[in-house]
Formats: sequence, C-alpha cells, structure tokens
Amino acid sequence: MNWLFDFFGNGDNWSGSDGIPMRLLEHIEFSVVALLLAMVIAIPLGLLIGHKRRGAVLVVVTANAARALPTLGLVVLIVLLVGVGTTWPVLIPLVALAIPPILVNTYEGIRGVDEDLRDSAYGMGLRGGQVLMKVLVPVALPLILLGLRIAAIQVVATATVAAYVGLGGLGRYIIDGLATKDFPSTIGGAVLVAVLALVVQLGFSLLQRVLVSPGVSRRAKVR
Amino acid sequence: MITFEGVTKRYGDGTVAVDNLNLQVPTGAITVFVGPSGCGKTTSLRMINRMIDATEGRILLDDQDVRKIDPPTLRRGIGYVIQQSGLFPHRKIVDNVATVPYLLGWDKKKARDRAMELLERVGLDLKMADRYPFQLSGGQQQRVGVARALAADPPVLLMDEPFSAVDPVVRTSLQDELLRLQAELQKTIVFVTHDIDEAIKLGDTVAVFRVGGHLAQVADPSTLLAEPADDFVEGFLGRDRGIRRLSFVSAGDLAVRSEAVVPGWSVALDEDNRPLGWRPDGDGAGLQPFGTVDLKKDSLRAALDAALLAPSGCPIAVDGDGRFAGVVTREALDEALTRATRGPSDG
Repeated sequence: MNWLFDFFGNGDNWSGSDGIPMRLLEHIEFSVVALLLAMVIAIPLGLLIGHKRRGAVLVVVTANAARALPTLGLVVLIVLLVGVGTTWPVLIPLVALAIPPILVNTYEGIRGVDEDLRDSAYGMGLRGGQVLMKVLVPVALPLILLGLRIAAIQVVATATVAAYVGLGGLGRYIIDGLATKDFPSTIGGAVLVAVLALVVQLGFSLLQRVLVSPGVSRRAKVR
Repeated sequence: MITFEGVTKRYGDGTVAVDNLNLQVPTGAITVFVGPSGCGKTTSLRMINRMIDATEGRILLDDQDVRKIDPPTLRRGIGYVIQQSGLFPHRKIVDNVATVPYLLGWDKKKARDRAMELLERVGLDLKMADRYPFQLSGGQQQRVGVARALAADPPVLLMDEPFSAVDPVVRTSLQDELLRLQAELQKTIVFVTHDIDEAIKLGDTVAVFRVGGHLAQVADPSTLLAEPADDFVEGFLGRDRGIRRLSFVSAGDLAVRSEAVVPGWSVALDEDNRPLGWRPDGDGAGLQPFGTVDLKKDSLRAALDAALLAPSGCPIAVDGDGRFAGVVTREALDEALTRATRGPSDG
C-alpha cells in the first residue's frame, strides 16, 4: 500500500511528458487507434461472411493463427523491419490481437440469427443489404459488442508492450520501474492499467444498454 | 389469379420437389395446399413469391410471369405469413406491422396509423402496439404476423403453416378469425397446411399433394369428401368423411313443424320461449336432454348432432337468439340426409 502512496502521492508523477496524464493519454491513443483499425478490418469482413455464409473456414483458421502470434515477438519483429520512430511497432501487434475476437463474434452473431427471421425478412421484400443492416445486425448486436469489448480489454492490457520499444503509454511505469527496481512505479502502472480496463468494461456495458433494442436484450417490462 | 404452368422444381442432387404442377388459384378465395411432409406444398407456395425459383415452367400472377419481376418488388406486393411468425425481435409490434409500408416509403405516421388499424382488425389489444414480440404469446404473435402481411393491402396472401405451432384452442380461434377477415377482405389466399381438417375448414378449394410433388386432387371440400380421386386421397382424408361432409350442407332446407310436439314427447319452454328440454307424455318423469339447430346458420351435421342428443330423436329448431322456432321430425331429417347424399351437385 505504501508503494501506491509513494507513486500516486508524488507530485512529480502528475506532470510533464513522463506524468500520469500524458502516459494515460498515450496509452488510450494506442488503444483507440488499434481498436478502430481492427474494427475497420474485422467488422465488415465478419458481416460479409456471416451474411453470405461463405469463407467460414478461412475465418476460423485466420483467427486462430492470429491468436497464436506472440505479441512481444511481433513488436520486436516490426521494429527490426520498420525501425524505431513510428508507432507501427505497437499498433500492428495490437490490431492483430484485436481482430480475432471482433471477427469471430461478428461472424457468429450474424450467422446465428434464426433462419425463420431471415426468411421472413426476405419474404417481406427486404433486399440483401437491408436484411443485413435492418434485421441481422440489430439482432446480432449483443454478440458483436461482446467481441468489441473483449478486444478492447485485451488491447488496453497489452498496450503496455509499447514501452519495450521506447514508446510511451502506461507500460513505461511498469517496465522502467522493473528496470530500475522502482517498485512503486511498477505497481502504480499496473494499477492504472487495471483501472483503465475496468473503465472500458463499464463503458461497453453502458453502450450495450443504449444500442441494443430492449426487444433483443429482453429488458422491456410488460405493461 | 395465380397460374402454375408446368412448374417443376428439381434440386442439384436430382430430388424433385414439385413435378409438372398445373394449377389455377382463383382470385378472392382461399386455396389450401395440403399433403404429407415432402409433398412439395411449401415449395410450391414459396415459388409464387420467388423465395424459391422454379426449374421449369412458369407461374403467372395476373398474367405476369413472376420470373420477370425483381424479387423484393414482387414480395412487397404479396403478404407472407410463416409458421414461427418471423417477427423482428428488435422492433415494437407497431413497427413490425408497418415493415412493408416503411419499405414502400410511406411516411412514418401514415404507416403507423395503418398498422394500428390492422392490429385492431386482427383482434389485438392496442396496448400491444408498443410491446416487443417476446412479450406476446404465440397466438398473439401469429395475429401480428397476419396484420403485418396485410399492412400494404396486397391482393395476394401466402400463408405457410401459419397456425401449426399454436395450441388447438388458439388455432381454432385464429382460423375463425381468418375466415371472418377473409369475408371482409376477399384476398387471394394460398394457405399451406399438413392438417386436412384445417384444409377442409378454411379452403374454398383444396389442392391435395402427394409425396414427390404430384397433385393428387383439386376440389372444393365437399366434393373432396364425397368423391376422393383415389386411395391416397381417401386415406389422407381419414375417417367419417360422410359425417364431415354434412358440415358443408346447410340445414336451411329442413322442414320444420311449428307445433312443439312429436309423438310421445313435447318441448318444454321457459317464459322467454327458449327450450328447456323434452317432456315425455304421461307418467310425469323429469325433463330430458335436447339439441338445437339454427337453420339460418348451422349445417346438416349440427342438425344430426342435435337429433342424436335427444331421446326423442328430433332436433329443436331455434332462431338466432336461441328462441324456439319449431321441431324437425325424423322424417324431415331423413329426407334432408337423403338429398345430401345424392351427391355434392345436388347438395
């Protein structure tokens, strides 16, 4: 506990390019950019193969392969390839980490929509795109959001690796702290990452309440 | 009018679902496709709105080949009701009903007003409008399904086993409701079921399919019961065809005697002129059971049932309010039954 007071009570830790606000911002920036890039790739792909019901094997294989990638190894590899000075060495591994849960959940969510519902949507005269966007996506939304949440939490937790290659983020407290045996810094950084992950979790719970229809989540009360 | 001209559906593996179907579905009437599983009845229905495309032949909707119409456009002009209602779970009931009007670009208020009108028409409490499908019972969901199919006032309605998944009591009330609606709306309805009793109850015309996608017989229910084309149809119709056919013969031709007596018995009436029972002549025994028939509304089957309920053997005729209108003698009943069995053309 004292270590926590040492870390958070130290006024120097709250300002400057090495201060908590700056590191937090960097950490959030890596995470948000990585998550957005992963969404741009994984959501349309998941929607497409879930709707067309083709390419499922490809998805599973790709997703599992991506999951097996060692994030730290990938960071080092990309540094070797593109050199330091850009954020790509941290973004690419994080995107690779975020894609599988988003892709698999989007695909499974869309594919799993009740066959009768699909049939009636087409039977009413909706076109393919309308069936997808007006029926399948709203019904699959809880699963799609779950995939995003899993991805977001993993990204936030893993963005600490940025510190290994000299980039910022909360990982700096952990890695620099370990290197210099400054344990208050290490513990403090770890707590900040954990809190951030909890905030992400909470944020997605709220998002779920706002975006998912009460008819799907079955939250509506019978009046 | 919907016309099937030499329609065949053959799948890639060689399975023939529908084999050279030629059939006319008349305008403004209910045509029921009935048959065992695998007889091609649902496939035939789904080829009308191009949920499935025929391999050979053509289907004409008022002289227009459905293959020449873009499927979504075609489907928006045809009501479609399926077994599991297929309501959109994320939308309120009112918006579910307004699905096709929204697709057709009606403004939101007009579409919702129309939806409310239809909910009322299919006998649903308007409080349901703001609920979600999961909050409704199966029977209520099917009513919403029918309302949704009717929303844009399409001339044709396709119903694919719409009442199969609800319990028998609810099913009967949904069937009665459909007949009442149809009397008002006179849509061209194609109704698929595997239940021959449902087919006979609802159909103006019944098309019996046999396995392999062949048409076994097309006839009105009374003719079907009286003259099944072959052993398959006869077997499919089941027992008691004679009695069941009497449902299609009106009791209106029965001769009625206005005196409340038959030999050995008299009808006891209350002060409001409603029958209380049959009183035997003589020994002062208590009132005996009776059965009534409303000649304006009921069938000969109801008259026969009323006769079998009474120890006197005679149905009591009543008016629409249940007041005594006369007695039908056994002779009169016999004559009517004889006329009825002479054949559907005479009945």
